[in-house]
Amino acid sequence: MNRPVNPKDLPIDDDNGPLYVAQKKVYPQSISGTFRRIKWGLMAFCLGVYYFLPFVRWNRGLGAPSQAVLIDLPNSRFYFFFIELWPQEVYYFTGLLIVAAVALFLMNSVGGRIWCGYLCPQTVWTDLFYAVERLVEGDRRERMKKDKSSDPMKLERISEIVLKHSIWLLIGWWTGGAWVLYFNDAPTLVRELVTFQAPMIAYIWIGILTATTYVLAGFMREQVCTYMCPWPRIQAALTDEWALNVTYRYDRGEKRTSVKKAAELRALGEQVGDCVDCYQCVAVCPTGIDIRNGPQLECIQCGLCIDACDNVMAKIGRPKRLIGYDNDVNIQRRQEGKAPIYRIVRARTVAYSAIIAAVGGIMIYTLATRSLLDVNVLHDRNPVAVRLSDGSIRNAYTVRLLNKSGYDRVIAIDANGPVNATIHVIGVDSVTPDRPMIVVPRDSTSELRLLVTAPAEGNPEKSIPVRFHVTDIGLGEVASATDNFVAP
Amino acid sequence: MTDHHSDIDPVSGRSTTGHEWDGIKELNTPLPRWWVITFYLTIVWAIGYWIVYPAWPLISSNTTGLFGYSTRADVAVELANLEKIRGAKMVALGAASLADIEKDPALLALARAKGKTVFGDNCAPCHGSGGAGAKGYPNLNDDDWLWGGSLDQIMQTIQFGARSGHAKAHEGQMLAFGKDGVLKPDEIVTAANYVRALSGLPTRKGYDAAKGEKIFAENCVACHGDGGKGNPEMGAPNLTDKIWLYGSDEASLIETISQGRAGVMPAWEGRLDPATIKAMAVYVHSLGGGK
Repeated sequence: MNRPVNPKDLPIDDDNGPLYVAQKKVYPQSISGTFRRIKWGLMAFCLGVYYFLPFVRWNRGLGAPSQAVLIDLPNSRFYFFFIELWPQEVYYFTGLLIVAAVALFLMNSVGGRIWCGYLCPQTVWTDLFYAVERLVEGDRRERMKKDKSSDPMKLERISEIVLKHSIWLLIGWWTGGAWVLYFNDAPTLVRELVTFQAPMIAYIWIGILTATTYVLAGFMREQVCTYMCPWPRIQAALTDEWALNVTYRYDRGEKRTSVKKAAELRALGEQVGDCVDCYQCVAVCPTGIDIRNGPQLECIQCGLCIDACDNVMAKIGRPKRLIGYDNDVNIQRRQEGKAPIYRIVRARTVAYSAIIAAVGGIMIYTLATRSLLDVNVLHDRNPVAVRLSDGSIRNAYTVRLLNKSGYDRVIAIDANGPVNATIHVIGVDSVTPDRPMIVVPRDSTSELRLLVTAPAEGNPEKSIPVRFHVTDIGLGEVASATDNFVAP
Repeated sequence: MTDHHSDIDPVSGRSTTGHEWDGIKELNTPLPRWWVITFYLTIVWAIGYWIVYPAWPLISSNTTGLFGYSTRADVAVELANLEKIRGAKMVALGAASLADIEKDPALLALARAKGKTVFGDNCAPCHGSGGAGAKGYPNLNDDDWLWGGSLDQIMQTIQFGARSGHAKAHEGQMLAFGKDGVLKPDEIVTAANYVRALSGLPTRKGYDAAKGEKIFAENCVACHGDGGKGNPEMGAPNLTDKIWLYGSDEASLIETISQGRAGVMPAWEGRLDPATIKAMAVYVHSLGGGK
């Protein structure tokens, strides 16, 4: 019973395996094919957008920043091409987050973890780091051999390692550098960075992002996806039997045999699988799994195993897509001799699309009809109301006027609510006392203290709504806000 | 000692620590090396920290560290820097006249912000955090002012106070007509009702208005003026309006007339710097109470 067993002989049971295993270094082999080309393309696109977007200019007129995408924290403004957002409008980001989340769900229900395999920054940068590694140290076999070699470090090997890490750090540094450019005028900041005039915080952020990029893409790699990222767990709950996932068609692949034996058996008219057990799909996998074991948490569905298998199938003269984007329903159907069916339009995808369309529509509508004049009102809490010596009631409000336009405005304020009320703004000697006027400079806010006084007669004992109208007397633009007028 | 490295767990094929409980052996799973190194580095770091920075308490003082660094000194520097940043603005505030401060949006915002903070620290205990006041402590949001509600008058009251003992303080008080035996109890009741009638409040049945008027003319007019309109010079309140510092019911008025009133407002000159007092005057004025 208690005879020692060689660990290698132990049956693999993934479901009951340890929750954490020591990292097994993965040496993905280079591969070419459809999905690899898509990945290269998307990588170039994503990195291109990330690294160069801050340099795109956008003319917003004199005095306004001319950077297309800019997060201006000191002035609390966010610029995205023709869109300019104020802190009061952060709800647009809520909308954006909803759209992004549902888009992720939609992607997932249509094509599985497209995000993980093609678009996730971790995937993109790890892929880039692997490319560098292959370029410097060679492909899978070479790298394995070099890592295993117990030879004393040769100068050649040391220089290789130094070169690899230098390039990695350079990429990481550029990643951090591009990041800070989103928060300041890019050309100016680049000049400052080079001449060491930039603010300390810029260098700190570059340092942080250099370190995270270097560590996450250079060392942690697939472990980030397996252990750190919550998305694999979430997507497992989102996927259904119709979602197209990278799938090994075991209905076609089993039983696995060698090429030679398969040919012999086929000649005898026997049923043989197409899989020749060449392990190419495993060799190219960036997370080091065997797709033939079925859907797995670690699988980021990058499709590189599809390319690997297709190449092999082409060589041995068998049809492509032994591994391909497919679903479990079709495997079942093929085994039953039925034709595979693909269903992209279904309740789930329609619902997701509808949510995206609705939220996106609302966002576009509100953006298009976005007011450049706004008013916020805050009622004094302590005291909420004051009785004056003649018995009239006065309420005080803090009014914030927002002029989001590029020109100074003269703004008149009215209050509608209590009968015969007069309004007064502290610091404003208005010619017409019931309608104070204030100049609000362009692209700024003004906070005012506003008093509304109503005679006791004719006004209810309890609180009544009061509506504040602010009017740009030059252009006639109007904004309003509602609050309450409270009796003591 | 057991040579546990030779003890291999048959199932996992890994070495055990040699510890065994009820036939269960512990696998030898050491902490990751990077973790251990980090842990030891933090210890080294901590020891360095003890030496470089002030750390250990001694009997009457503490170790001072290698470079004489002190967080207290840091705070002093930070505060000095803050003063430097604020300095120019506060100088501008100090230089401007009260009326000009209210007309300049930037200065008004600064004065209100500064005033609000200082008000919270110094004035809120009596006047309430929003200046709403309480019985005996004037509401600073209304338009009734014992000593006047213009910017200059508010500033003067804050600077010198009322009955504060300061040489320039507002003086004058409500006499104790009952306690000092000037008026008889029934006269006090009549006076109280007369005062209520002045501001349109209902009076006790059978009260003699003519007698009330006579008592008022003989005793009260000197401070409260003809018709009880009050006099800010003496801090005498207007008795014809709707605002009552100590209450307008008959009992409160009888108490006021019998015992007298002499609330104290402290003088803030010397305790707050002039610019701050100015900011406070503007803040209080802008509460809505100003005239």
